[in-house]
Amino acid sequence: MPKITYIEHTGKEHTVEVATGLTVMEGAIKNLVPGIDADCGGACACATCHVYVDAAFAAKTGEKSDMEQTMLDFANEVNETSRLSCQIKVTPELDGLVVRLPASQH
Amino acid sequence: MAGMVVIGAGQAASQLVASLRTEGYAAPITVVGDEPYPPYQRPPLSKKFLSGELAEDRLYIRPAEFYEQAGAALMLGVRATRVDLEAKTVTLATGDRLAYETLAFTTGSRVRRLTTPGADLPGIFYLRGIADVKAIQPHFQAGKRIVIVGGGYIGLEVAAVAAKRGLKVTVVEALERCLQRVTSKLMSDFFEGVHREAGVTILTSTGVHGFKAGANGTVIVETAGPQLEADLVVAGIGILPEQEVAQAAGLVCENGIVVDEFARASDPNVYAIGDCSNHPNPLLGRRLRLESVQNAIDQAKAAAAAICGKPKPYAEVPWFWSDQYDLKLQIAGLSMLGDDLVVRGDPASRKFAAFYLRAGAVAAVDAVNAAPEYMIGRMMIAQKKQVDPAKLADPSVPMKALMG
Repeated sequence: MPKITYIEHTGKEHTVEVATGLTVMEGAIKNLVPGIDADCGGACACATCHVYVDAAFAAKTGEKSDMEQTMLDFANEVNETSRLSCQIKVTPELDGLVVRLPASQH
Repeated sequence: MAGMVVIGAGQAASQLVASLRTEGYAAPITVVGDEPYPPYQRPPLSKKFLSGELAEDRLYIRPAEFYEQAGAALMLGVRATRVDLEAKTVTLATGDRLAYETLAFTTGSRVRRLTTPGADLPGIFYLRGIADVKAIQPHFQAGKRIVIVGGGYIGLEVAAVAAKRGLKVTVVEALERCLQRVTSKLMSDFFEGVHREAGVTILTSTGVHGFKAGANGTVIVETAGPQLEADLVVAGIGILPEQEVAQAAGLVCENGIVVDEFARASDPNVYAIGDCSNHPNPLLGRRLRLESVQNAIDQAKAAAAAICGKPKPYAEVPWFWSDQYDLKLQIAGLSMLGDDLVVRGDPASRKFAAFYLRAGAVAAVDAVNAAPEYMIGRMMIAQKKQVDPAKLADPSVPMKALMG
């Protein structure tokens, strides 16, 4: 299973295995990583699963849909590496993925 | 120590456990749920779970280890039957009794059932829980005829999944239009059009009079219009607050368990959260009973804060969503509170928003594939933002500019 490292805004790291086919958001929830609320459960409706994707993986995490981009426009502390983790499907290529969590979701 | 007992194991219960521990609640927590499943998300039931795109374990809101680590015992598949407010006990269907210091009702709602003759025939289903969907799924095959009673969100979401699967779909709605109780005629017309384009037959102003067994296990649906033959019937005619145990205990109930802005019921040791609660919303200036994930989550947070001695009123703009075909409908506020309708974008493009204004301020928005309109609309509602209707209606004026 691909390994994903979630880094809390405090710097605390959680490296966990996430089954392919799940989303990066689900990987955090299943492994009790704090800082990803995902109120809507992955429907791209709430922007509470915001993460920063490590630059090395930007291409591998796929393109943002228009819906995701516009939802992100209204999240807090957004930058060019921002993604909604419910919209990133875990694939074998994402083994080693590092995502950081914003302080605002703490 | 008696600690906290939570009756109902859904979205609100899961959030309450999480928020209680975040807020520093140290006593034991016991969650009692009548379904055999840990807290799970209901919105996908009529969408990706029905279609088979989402497996059951992906519905679970949090993994089992979460509850273990939080020191919350899940008692599943057992119903709470009685609450004694004096003795501070909850009696279960097994006869067991749990003592509590603080009690929360997160009982949610149950489906309104058909009362017409023949409504108990096999082949007639409701959609509220995992078990309901599992019962429907074997019949959900291309070519089968499905009659959906009720053109609300559940009915239309089921219609969308069924049409995509290749079933022959008929929606029967007693009112003049689908979604009549929840949105404007513009939105109803739009969604009816989308469904008709997808091959769904929609019969409005058509009450159902009764059901009869047809040949080969089919169901004959007798309506105010044509008689319909169905391989399966799904009824989505609304839900009712699950308040009987609370009411029998003597708690004030009126279209839900009546609570204050801190989710406190009429007994100082009792809270009610989510679909089952009737609560005041200071932003909207009225009492509400909401059937939504947002309400379950945000009210649970407010209840947890109050229980831990840090009361913060629950005052959020309600929000909802619905997925049908390629459309994401995002809703903020309550459109019934608006007087004037402003449409931004062309419905024919399948990307537009309907704003509902009250005294010049945005009271609600229904946004179809239009996230900026939804997100900014939500902020505008919270701020009771006065807007120029002409600018709001002009898609060339960015939404962000209207907030300035």
